[in-house]
Amino acid sequence: MVTEVNVCGLKFRNPVIPASGTFGFGTEMYGCYDLNILGGIALKGSTSEPRYGNESPRIAECPAGLINSVGLQNPGIDALVSTKAPALRNIYNGVIIANISGFSIDAYVESCAKAAACPEIDLIEVNVSCPNVHGGGLAFGTSAASAAEVTREVRKVTGSKPVSVKLSPNVTDIVEIARACEDAGADALTLINTVLGMRIDIARRRSIVAAGYGGYSGPGIFPIALRMVHQVTGAVKIPVIGCGGVSSARDVVEMMMAGAAAVQVGSANLRNPMVCKKIIDELPALMQELGLEDLKGLRI
Amino acid sequence: MLQSKYIIKSNALIADQTYRLDLLGDSGAMERGGQFADVAIDGFYLRRPLAVTEWNEEGISLIYKVIGEGTRKLSSMTPGAELDILTGLGNGFDPLKCSKRALIVCGGIGASPTFTLAKDLIAAGRQMNVILGFNSAEECILVDEYKALGAKVEVTTVDGSAGTKGFVTALLGGMSEGCDHFYTCGPKVMMKAVCESLADIDGEASMEERMGCGCGICYGCTCHTTDGPARVCADGPVFPKDKIIW
Repeated sequence: MVTEVNVCGLKFRNPVIPASGTFGFGTEMYGCYDLNILGGIALKGSTSEPRYGNESPRIAECPAGLINSVGLQNPGIDALVSTKAPALRNIYNGVIIANISGFSIDAYVESCAKAAACPEIDLIEVNVSCPNVHGGGLAFGTSAASAAEVTREVRKVTGSKPVSVKLSPNVTDIVEIARACEDAGADALTLINTVLGMRIDIARRRSIVAAGYGGYSGPGIFPIALRMVHQVTGAVKIPVIGCGGVSSARDVVEMMMAGAAAVQVGSANLRNPMVCKKIIDELPALMQELGLEDLKGLRI
Repeated sequence: MLQSKYIIKSNALIADQTYRLDLLGDSGAMERGGQFADVAIDGFYLRRPLAVTEWNEEGISLIYKVIGEGTRKLSSMTPGAELDILTGLGNGFDPLKCSKRALIVCGGIGASPTFTLAKDLIAAGRQMNVILGFNSAEECILVDEYKALGAKVEVTTVDGSAGTKGFVTALLGGMSEGCDHFYTCGPKVMMKAVCESLADIDGEASMEERMGCGCGICYGCTCHTTDGPARVCADGPVFPKDKIIW
């Protein structure tokens, strides 16, 4: 039985990757379980300068997930490449994915160049879809032209290191944007980021998260993610890393049947920090049940 | 951090809207008073972070107040039911900071996380003054338990139905005499007043924020400190008073 997958020439021992923003910088989970079972780890989103992020409250529970408005709190790209990524490499031998966000093309380029030069980072995920910062992230991901421009400029400084562009579901036509990123040189795509949402505290008559709106994620967005992964994988040739509401081994297989080459697990880590281990432990039995010898090529 | 299953031994109403949940299971991850547990409740996506009152070889005990639908559901659970809980979360209070006499100042349900700290301080030979503030007599918890430890205990209530009428701050002057360190847990406005009033004594406060993961991986509960951004769940919840930016 084969659980190994290959994305952009990188070998993942299985398709399960904790998604950016739901697993810290990896080291926080040291000792909770053997991290080396994970196919890859996507690090918390980083920007060219350190950021505090949004004020609290940043979290609002929903019936099938949560809204977050963390707002890209991070210590900056220099700390990522000099401290965070090497610290994770010391305890983890799988694929390390840096997630990069920015407020200008220049900032994306600067951060991605540093990530590309960092030997501990295997794959760069360019986040053009964070809904929690004004004037950044999502602003670049909602039009095909700007997403392509970020991709093109970033690709010039990343050399042989593969780049996956993380796309937003908060768009009219994700396929158009996916194609534009592919044409601009993206090696892979990650989708979807969170869905822009809101919860209101009806007693206080104000939004629960201080920022007003936030990104909705969790099982509630799984069908949306699945549909978008299926649409995009039918339209592009580059691999797609599926993300959005994946919570179980069954969800992983379902996402791969939608066409994903690998699968990120996000909010489920917040409900259960051990969930990725559980999913990986359950995959072989599920594959056996379904008569699957290999997790590759499952797209329906 | 430990993830484990716990069996409810009892889940009893001990004060207005306030329950004591005694759980049978692994207490091995608990190190200090002030640490918390994150309780998964069926039908609710996020866990509920609840302070651990005390623990022993048999299990852990939590005191919680019903403040929303999640805690309401928890309060309806009966002995024998199973709960999935993360324990050993957060840093807890530092009993070694006190070398003579401690002052513990709590508001409402905040009396819970300082209880093991109080036990540890007494066991280490420290003396202790405790101020427990509540809205009314119906909300009082752990008063007799703190007294039984040998602490000097004063109660305040906002409506005067038990102890001294007013807020905990009214008693800080007399009760802080001879104390070399204070510990506080309760509403933020109360802890701020305590920290500012006790300007000459070092102390620490247990902060609270809406949490996502409870274990430091989502950065959903960040607060401002003089050392920069800090996660309440993993860098705290207890912070030295001079690090807190109110």
